[in-house]
Amino acid sequence: MTNNILETHHIVKQYAAHRALDDVSLVVPKGSIFGLLGPNGAGKTSLIRIINQITAPDSGEVILDGERLKPDHIKRIGYLPEERGLYKKMKVGEQLLYLAQLKGLTEKQAMDKLKIWFVKFDIKTWWEKQVQDLSKGMQQKIQFVATVMHEPDLIILDEPFSGFDPINANLIKDEILELRDKGKTIIFSTHRMESVEELCDYIALINRSRKVLDGAKRDIKEQFKTHTYHVEYQGDLTNLPTAFEVMSSRETEDGFIRADIKIPPDAAVNDLVRHLLDRVAIRSFGENIPSINDIFIQTVGENND
Amino acid sequence: MHTIFLIIKREYLVRVRKKSFIIMTILGPLLIFGFYAIIGWAAVSSINQKKIAVIDESGRFDGKFKNDDETAYSFLKVPLATAKKTFVKNDYNALVFIPKDVIEQPKTVQIFAEKSVSLSLQSNIERDIAKEIETIKLGEAGITQKIIQDAKVNVDAQTISLSDAGEKSSNGIVTTIISGFCAILIYISVLIYGTQVMRGVMEEKTSRIVEVIISSVKPFQLMMGKIIGVALVGLTQFMLWIVLTAGLFTIGTRLIGQPKEKATSAMDSRMGGMPGQADVQQKMANGNNPVADVMKAIDTLNIPLIIGCFLFYFLGGYLLYSALFGAVGAAVDSETETQQFMFPIMMPIIAAIAFAQIAVRDPDGPLAVWTSMIPFTSPVVMMVRIPFGVPGWQLAISMGLLVVGFIGTTWLAARIYRVGILMYGKKTSFRELSKWVFYKG
Repeated sequence: MTNNILETHHIVKQYAAHRALDDVSLVVPKGSIFGLLGPNGAGKTSLIRIINQITAPDSGEVILDGERLKPDHIKRIGYLPEERGLYKKMKVGEQLLYLAQLKGLTEKQAMDKLKIWFVKFDIKTWWEKQVQDLSKGMQQKIQFVATVMHEPDLIILDEPFSGFDPINANLIKDEILELRDKGKTIIFSTHRMESVEELCDYIALINRSRKVLDGAKRDIKEQFKTHTYHVEYQGDLTNLPTAFEVMSSRETEDGFIRADIKIPPDAAVNDLVRHLLDRVAIRSFGENIPSINDIFIQTVGENND
Repeated sequence: MHTIFLIIKREYLVRVRKKSFIIMTILGPLLIFGFYAIIGWAAVSSINQKKIAVIDESGRFDGKFKNDDETAYSFLKVPLATAKKTFVKNDYNALVFIPKDVIEQPKTVQIFAEKSVSLSLQSNIERDIAKEIETIKLGEAGITQKIIQDAKVNVDAQTISLSDAGEKSSNGIVTTIISGFCAILIYISVLIYGTQVMRGVMEEKTSRIVEVIISSVKPFQLMMGKIIGVALVGLTQFMLWIVLTAGLFTIGTRLIGQPKEKATSAMDSRMGGMPGQADVQQKMANGNNPVADVMKAIDTLNIPLIIGCFLFYFLGGYLLYSALFGAVGAAVDSETETQQFMFPIMMPIIAAIAFAQIAVRDPDGPLAVWTSMIPFTSPVVMMVRIPFGVPGWQLAISMGLLVVGFIGTTWLAARIYRVGILMYGKKTSFRELSKWVFYKG
């Protein structure tokens, strides 16, 4: 068996005059949280719909756990679409049982699994309620349960945190981590870079129907490192050797100066620190690590130029 | 296959449990029954006796006209001019003037009235006079009372054949009513259940659950599950209606059986004209009343064929149209947008009802035959023709084309549906729809 739960090879999808996906290949390792990023209209939803077999690619193939995608695979995937909803006039319990059975569970299996979730989320009293009587946040919880109750190996969440208050968002975040620890794989597509930063092990960036970046978050950050460091100090730095380039410098509110300093690729950080120690009183020092947000903006910006 | 069954089950249960379904199921037969009760009541209450004054200059008719429910004759011994003057005051509906030489010149009879005389009243009076003249002429020709009596027997013997003819004509009326009823029922139910499919699709689209569902099932399964589920709801409703209506009629006939019979007999004598009141009474005396006639007429129809065809054409017509309704539901974002797409779908159904009215009058005319072949109109028009009898080959072609038709519309609808349900916030045009049909996968 392969270590990748999902692979897509050279996916192309054309809608009339618009090419939604152009030669997109991805590898999603098992047991990871995979962030699928991209601006609006980049093709993320098109790709997710292909993985969910809602539409079929014009060319290319999708491999789920070593097998070409086939209808039976829907049972192994849980999908929370961005455009989501429930039957408003149906009771919560009945609705979840229905959705679970569509995913191939028997009524009894579904019942057993649902009981666990209802206890876990402390929503036992909701069973007989109609969906329209629940608040939006409550509906989102039900929706999340509907996505994961059949214990899929691959969970695809499209903007999972939209519509959640911070408490419920945290609850879902914890669930996502717990699911990952149980060996499930989560693909999640979002615009919220802070949650990508926090949760994702791997990311892929799609822009204008093409994949422009992918890999382990750590590696990508490494790749985007600018070799700059920031220092907050009091004193004078003007006589720093020219090899160390002061990119920017400004005064902080409490009388310190904050400078970003770039070091040459062959130089060691210790050299910079040594020079600093000789000249100024340091309050703080650290490496400037690019945030996913920076990487996103930079890559998409370059790509669009 | 398992999932489509689950979808059917949900669609069915959700609708059958609705209050509106239960209310309609109970109300439907009550409405039908009430409708008939009103017609019956109207027929009974519309019989008011007409007072008719007769001036008989020939003196041969006095006392010869029989009074009945509809007409009361009174013979005046005054000149015509006087009678004309006092006519309004005396509250007569009509004044009949029979001149002296009526036997020789029967066309000289005159009827005066304030308002114009109804055709049925006129023919009643004419019939009574003609009958009397006939008797007189027979008498003059030397035909004795005995011969007339014998002739009566003969006429009686002929009445049986006449009443056979009468049965045929009442059969025609019953057939017309049944065929019209079937056609309208198909028309209404295709519309009602078709719109239900459309609403259901729209509900799923606007509530955004559709994407969750079609990550589990194919769009086609979802669409077909809904269509079949709603069809079963329709069939359930029909069954309950039949049972409830039958029950109501059994009770109802017992309660208002008498006046209803009277009404029917009155209607019969007016419509039929020829078999006069006497005949009707005689028929009643023989236990051969009009209600029984209708029952007999119904017996002569091929009820299993009609019910079988009704179910086939209901399902066929429903499948044909509901797929299109479903596609419309998928293509739009809100109820208001449905209008432009509903129009082309409604056109053929409404046209079918217009053709059906022609088909009732001329069930084997070319228009009726052709429109009962075209799948878009055949469910309604063919149902009109079936009670009158349709050649087997025509029925076979019509059914075959209907099957081809609904497979075609379902195919087309499914292609629009699968794209439409995932299109949000975009106003769709017919151009757009036609593009969707050719999208791949």
